[in-house]
Amino acid sequence: MILKIKTSADVPSSEITPESVYHSRRDFMKVGAAGAAGLAAAAAFGGVNAPLFAQANPYAAPLNPKFTVDPAVDKLNTYEQITSFNNFYEFGTDKSDPMRYASRMKVVPWTVDVDGLCNKPGKYDVEKLVDFKQLEERVYRHRCVEGWSMVMPWVGVPIKSVLDKLQPQAKAKYVEFHTLLRPGEMFGQKTGVLQWPYVEGLRMDEAMHPLAFMVVGLYGKVLPNQNGAPLRIHIPWKYGFKSGKSIVRIRFTETMPRNTWAVQTPSEYGFWANVNPEVDHPRWSQARETRLPSLLRNRPTLLFNGYADQVQSLYAGMDKKVLFY
Amino acid sequence: MLKAGYAQLSRLLNAIANWRYFKPAVFAGCTVPALMLGWKFWHDQLGVDPLKTLLHDSGENALGMLFAALSVTPIRRVFKVNGIQKVRRMLGVWAFFYALAHVCIYLGLDQLCYSFETCEFRAIVNDVLKRKFIFMGMIAFSIMTLLAITSTSGWVRRLKKRWQTLHRLVYVAAISAVIHFVWIQKSDISEPLQWAGWLTLLLAIRVYLSIQKRWATPPRLADRA
Repeated sequence: MILKIKTSADVPSSEITPESVYHSRRDFMKVGAAGAAGLAAAAAFGGVNAPLFAQANPYAAPLNPKFTVDPAVDKLNTYEQITSFNNFYEFGTDKSDPMRYASRMKVVPWTVDVDGLCNKPGKYDVEKLVDFKQLEERVYRHRCVEGWSMVMPWVGVPIKSVLDKLQPQAKAKYVEFHTLLRPGEMFGQKTGVLQWPYVEGLRMDEAMHPLAFMVVGLYGKVLPNQNGAPLRIHIPWKYGFKSGKSIVRIRFTETMPRNTWAVQTPSEYGFWANVNPEVDHPRWSQARETRLPSLLRNRPTLLFNGYADQVQSLYAGMDKKVLFY
Repeated sequence: MLKAGYAQLSRLLNAIANWRYFKPAVFAGCTVPALMLGWKFWHDQLGVDPLKTLLHDSGENALGMLFAALSVTPIRRVFKVNGIQKVRRMLGVWAFFYALAHVCIYLGLDQLCYSFETCEFRAIVNDVLKRKFIFMGMIAFSIMTLLAITSTSGWVRRLKKRWQTLHRLVYVAAISAVIHFVWIQKSDISEPLQWAGWLTLLLAIRVYLSIQKRWATPPRLADRA
């Protein structure tokens, strides 16, 4: 048997958007999206706030050079890969289900309920929470607890910029992010594979960390539904399930949130879920990962998914065993 | 009505099983999943996670062939299709072939044993001993290997009565394989549950037939008089 061993370096070039094209496309969007073209784009994107598009495409945001990767080591996954391979059980447990069914989710209008220990509770439009003039692009590694990883260019704002507007009280130790519950549009919620709605949470200092990102766009465009439109978080040093999608509620609490996977299978998933190659999932090793679309599980997993220098001070003095599960 | 339908189905199955190209056709059918995987592989059609696709599809095909082999005797007995028996061994050996491919993909691509230097020997030992789902899979694979080796006519002759006893282990392999599938799932076990349902049905038919056989006492002379 002849094995054609493919590595990430062997991705056919046709599958990759050359960076020059990607950036020129964004420049085109920025420059040319005025007037009629802007309105057309607004219609096409079906965005959160259509009038914003009349000016320019806000998602074509500048890259923040402090939050990117070395393209020689971490190659961007294509838009097609990032939007066709998703864990979003609200639409089914197959990775291709979200791509197929997420368009049923109505993301306009979209409001977020803010409650708990903060001074500014209430119902917020997305534009009230996220400053679309401050959007920036960041390239993050994403490591799933299942053992695969990707690299994606998100567009968004630091979670801190959102939470600061809500003025969390000193008593607030944690913050919860609840995903939309709408079984009529999210058929997976009619099954018992998980408890709905999906809830995730972070300790306040984790949520306030500069790396913790509130995402509204991908590849210079509005965030596709299957990736958690219109509003999701991405916490790149934690396993993917910590990053809740399609957020409709933000709640500040004093007690540790009971996040969905930890409720579902407490023996396998905990609250912290920091990426660590030395702490195995009870059923599989976390030492290596498959950097999609590689055919090999040959990439060593890095402590805190490679963000250790930035985040490990958050966990100084904490029990290692507790932290990584 | 029901009886007529049964007779018709039985006739149809017999016609199929007695077709002179039945065996070659089943053989060709068994190669289709492998050819399709190969085609997808060469044309980059295995999806975003090609390793997962290869592992899942080879495993599922192994399970499918194993269950097809297990279904032969119940179908033969229930529908009185003796001709079907001649493909049972072939299906079993094909099941072993797909299981072998499944194990090779795991060892070669997941545990990097495509070359000696990259092979994670310790990780494999750890995986097999520590991960109960891999341990279950290994039980199923070991049994299938043993049964494939002893599937030849020579071994049937040599083992005589014991051959049948030995090959009843196929049910242990099937149960282990289904448990292996259940245990790898994160939370949605609907897919492996379908296999479990099929297995339960096959076992139920087996039990029913053996009870029927035991209770069917030969007619006594007195009854004839």
